[in-house]
Amino acid sequence: MSVPFYVPPEQLTKEKAEFARKGIARGRPLIVLEYAGGILFVAENPSTHLHKVAELYDRIAFAAVGRFSEFENLRQAGVRLADIRGYAYGREDVTSRSIANAYSQTLGQIFVQEFKPYEVELCVAEVGVDGAPNAMYHVVFDGNVFDRKGFLAMGGQSDELNTELQRAYDEDMELDAALQLAMRVLRQAAPAGETGNSRLEVAVLERDRPRRSFRRLTQEDVESRAGEPAS
Amino acid sequence: MNNPFEGPKLHSPSFVDALRAYAPELLEVRAASGTMPEVPHGTTVAAVKFADGVAMGGDRRATEGMAIAQRDIEKVFPADDYSAVAIAGAAGPAIEMVRLFQTELEHYEKIEGFPLSLEGKANKLGQMVRGNLPLAMQGLVVLPLFCGYDTRRQVGRIFRYDVTGGRWEDADFHATGSGARDARGSLKKRWRPDLDADGAVEVLMEALYDAADEDAATGGPDLIRGIYPIVATVTAQGYRRAPDDDLRKAAERVVAAHAQVEAER
Repeated sequence: MSVPFYVPPEQLTKEKAEFARKGIARGRPLIVLEYAGGILFVAENPSTHLHKVAELYDRIAFAAVGRFSEFENLRQAGVRLADIRGYAYGREDVTSRSIANAYSQTLGQIFVQEFKPYEVELCVAEVGVDGAPNAMYHVVFDGNVFDRKGFLAMGGQSDELNTELQRAYDEDMELDAALQLAMRVLRQAAPAGETGNSRLEVAVLERDRPRRSFRRLTQEDVESRAGEPAS
Repeated sequence: MNNPFEGPKLHSPSFVDALRAYAPELLEVRAASGTMPEVPHGTTVAAVKFADGVAMGGDRRATEGMAIAQRDIEKVFPADDYSAVAIAGAAGPAIEMVRLFQTELEHYEKIEGFPLSLEGKANKLGQMVRGNLPLAMQGLVVLPLFCGYDTRRQVGRIFRYDVTGGRWEDADFHATGSGARDARGSLKKRWRPDLDADGAVEVLMEALYDAADEDAATGGPDLIRGIYPIVATVTAQGYRRAPDDDLRKAAERVVAAHAQVEAER
């Protein structure tokens, strides 16, 4: 009979966390920004079909960085949870808080029980209507949830990006200004040798849009709003 | 209700499949014995093609046996941005079917990242009608009329169903429900392939008026209460319910024209 090696839980947790952090930091960054009319998502994403940002429900969107197969799995489960809730009860009973909570539980469980933790970090954002504030839940690989306000950068160089955003962010920005800020910050943080702003995936949750407020911005729309080529 | 984050992984973009896996109780309808009590029934709905797409209309009456159950029921709904569904038959299960159908289309779009084809939507609705067959055998027949703008072929299309889920496409126009024969007769004389959106609303109003004139279960324009048939159009610009004011004017024109004919006799 083989005797398993004893590994202290502190060490195990630390190593798993380090592994997950490294995996996430290798990926391209993503920025979530609140602006006057809603919430903006800007991700560096070379693929036109494999999205990092997507619609979950009427006023709720999902954004993630890290391993695509892992967060895509989580995204689909989130859509199912939201649609089943909304169908069983009512559309307004689907909240970002309960979805973020489900993500937190799932990631927490995987982190503790599985041999390999998920190398993902995600954000569940909800645009507030009728004077209610927006919500931005930042869920990390071990299931921890952070309530963010204003802006959030995830993925590679996220520390530099968050510092830079902190400096220039203004909550009354219009969409164009918010988009320009996100693009500038992403370009500045690009590692030496890269020009930054590889193909951008851009989407918004628009407060004034009735019912389904999620909308993707086309490449042309991004370029005309930013006043410069997007790639 | 089970947690979609747990259990075996589901490889399906269908919301009905998700319900079956995680919340089967929401789909379940147990057959019961005995006679079915009277329940509200929706009556006449019709759809016509026109130059830019399709238009769909329905009267506002629901009947429960010989009684009027509701005077202002709505029978025309957006299925998604580019399609509409109208219902005739048992109102309860019909409206539930519409809700399930709407969620199904939106769910597919979110999971896959792009919407179903119009053909795919029409087939999906057929499967739902077929799923209602046990209830239909007990008298709760649901017969939807489906239409939409086919963004690939760039034309409006109309689909009708039978209780078994059989699905047929109509070339020009169709009507279902208790007043459908009269509505179809009316459309047969008035419909032209070159109608514009206003013209389509007009012929639908006329058809629903004629149906109400002959069929006791179909409600005509109610000028006293201000309740008029509802008409929506679906074109390349998407689903659009005609504004109440336009509907009122169109209904008043139809009534005035008939009053004129009577006065001249």
